[in-house]
Amino acid sequence: MLCGAYTVRMSSPESLPNGAQVGSASGASTRLSSRTRVAAGFGSPAEDATVHRIDLNEALIDHPDATFIARADGDAMRGAGIDSGDVLLVDRARTPMHGNLVLAVVHGEIICRRLYSLNGQTRLDAASIGASSVQITEEAPLEVWGVVTHIIKHTV
Amino acid sequence: MGRRYAHHQAYGVVVFALVDANNAYVSFERCFRPELRGRPIVVLSSNDGACIARSDEAKALGVGMAQPWFEVRHLARSAGLVALSANMELYGEMSSRLMSVISRFAPVAVPYSIDECFLEFEGVSGDLVSIGRALRETVLREIGVPTSVGFGPTKTLAKLANHIAKSAARKPGSYPTALSHVCHLGLMSATELDGTFGATDIGEVWGIGRRISARLQAGGVRTVRQFVRSDPATIRRNYSVVLEKTLLELRGIPCMTLDEAPAPRQQIMVSRSFGTAVTTLDGIIEAVSEFASRGAEKLRQQGSVADAVTLFFTTSPFRTKDAQHSPSVTIALSQATSDTRVIVGASVAAVRRLYRPGYRYAKAGVMMVNLRPAGSEQVPLDLFSQTQSASNGQDEVRGGRLMEAMDLLNQRFGRDAVRLGSQAVASGAASGHVWSGKQDRRSPRYTTRLDEILRVRC
Repeated sequence: MLCGAYTVRMSSPESLPNGAQVGSASGASTRLSSRTRVAAGFGSPAEDATVHRIDLNEALIDHPDATFIARADGDAMRGAGIDSGDVLLVDRARTPMHGNLVLAVVHGEIICRRLYSLNGQTRLDAASIGASSVQITEEAPLEVWGVVTHIIKHTV
Repeated sequence: MGRRYAHHQAYGVVVFALVDANNAYVSFERCFRPELRGRPIVVLSSNDGACIARSDEAKALGVGMAQPWFEVRHLARSAGLVALSANMELYGEMSSRLMSVISRFAPVAVPYSIDECFLEFEGVSGDLVSIGRALRETVLREIGVPTSVGFGPTKTLAKLANHIAKSAARKPGSYPTALSHVCHLGLMSATELDGTFGATDIGEVWGIGRRISARLQAGGVRTVRQFVRSDPATIRRNYSVVLEKTLLELRGIPCMTLDEAPAPRQQIMVSRSFGTAVTTLDGIIEAVSEFASRGAEKLRQQGSVADAVTLFFTTSPFRTKDAQHSPSVTIALSQATSDTRVIVGASVAAVRRLYRPGYRYAKAGVMMVNLRPAGSEQVPLDLFSQTQSASNGQDEVRGGRLMEAMDLLNQRFGRDAVRLGSQAVASGAASGHVWSGKQDRRSPRYTTRLDEILRVRC
């Protein structure tokens, strides 16, 4: 049982006084500095613990050098949850997989489609009624520009 | 640095690589505009309409480096030549991505210009050519930009290898196809190397420009092979210590630090790692001002002007416990210049925008970009907007007076009696102006302005 004021603020190991001990077996009181880490049931002392506010760049973007931001323009992907005007995070370092939303280069234009790639068949599907798929053949090979990892929608 | 090179043979070989983006500005544009692939493209400097970048297709049409747009604009109709205004903000930001990806592939990476980076492989085992191929593949996939890689025991050889890698790919028959895209001169036998040197003009060597090349050729030295066989002491006596070092480097003896090395034709970089970390705004401003003014001095020394400035400062990626911050920005100048006040002013203003408190910055750099000979450029009298050298009011006063005079003359003698020199020259005889705007044909700043991001059709 600890007495006295102590702060829960953790600090980096360099600033710890050496051999600081709290609550020793003999029960003798020990001076607590505001930077002493409390080693009793509050979490492992081995945890490095400089706490940062959540940063969306770090949280959402795995490959910063290869991630680009794009704006959706059109309604053909509404069925996939992409509305015209939405912001897309696009990662060029990810390997495109069946089912991914991707940006692809088709006839010199960058479009957004869902990649279908199963059993030897590859195509780019739209996600709304009436929009056609793009068949991928040897003459028109697949060129993925990047994989859409997040869709950001404005609500206000 | 001298220490290390003196013992390079004792402690194991260092191999250098020079990696660069092929036709960087054009490639950066094509990343976001795939419809531009395969077409003749030029990028025009925003202040005087000179072709500062050309795609291979444009080069094939005969468009020369720094050629004024008005001389080639007829190719727009006859051959589909596309002209784009320089988008320095985009190129600078794409360059920082490029350097970041490239630097994953070697223990030491040293950016040399906006699109070139030296790598050092000391004590790296493994097939370097394979590493070079993997690097090319990764950059192409992650950033969308094609690159060339040259390896050699010295930086001069690495740069030459890079040139050979490009030529082998672009001009079939110039060099063996095996050397395309990735070329390692350090792997060649003495005979092979001699043959390669024999097939290479000395003008292709780093630091041997037109003037030195002409002098050497007058003395009977036309190929790299002939140059390499010259006597170093004679070269030093008749030319310079730097040219002697170039010769030694071509012989495989590393002896040139980047400080002594020839400035890139298109950029001058001044950068330094700090002895102790800098945390204050004033500290960064001081360092950046010093680099900017040294860069401006180098510009004047070589008789060049720059039309943009790239600056960066960064925390140390090796101190993993430090919070990381690596801002960089490319600022286009309203007028090509070597004026210290303008360059320092633009740099300091950028630092104020980019700096954040609480970071331990370890390095900073300032790069002069898009160089050309001073006096050769059309200098537009920037009459209508604030010049960047706001340090004294004189420029603005002068600008105002010129405007007045122009107006008076035009009123008296008729419209367009007096026009800007660049307008008159560009339009040739009597037709209307050709090169009007700075930003007429600039693509969006896809990665730095949220309102200009890539639009994708859904």
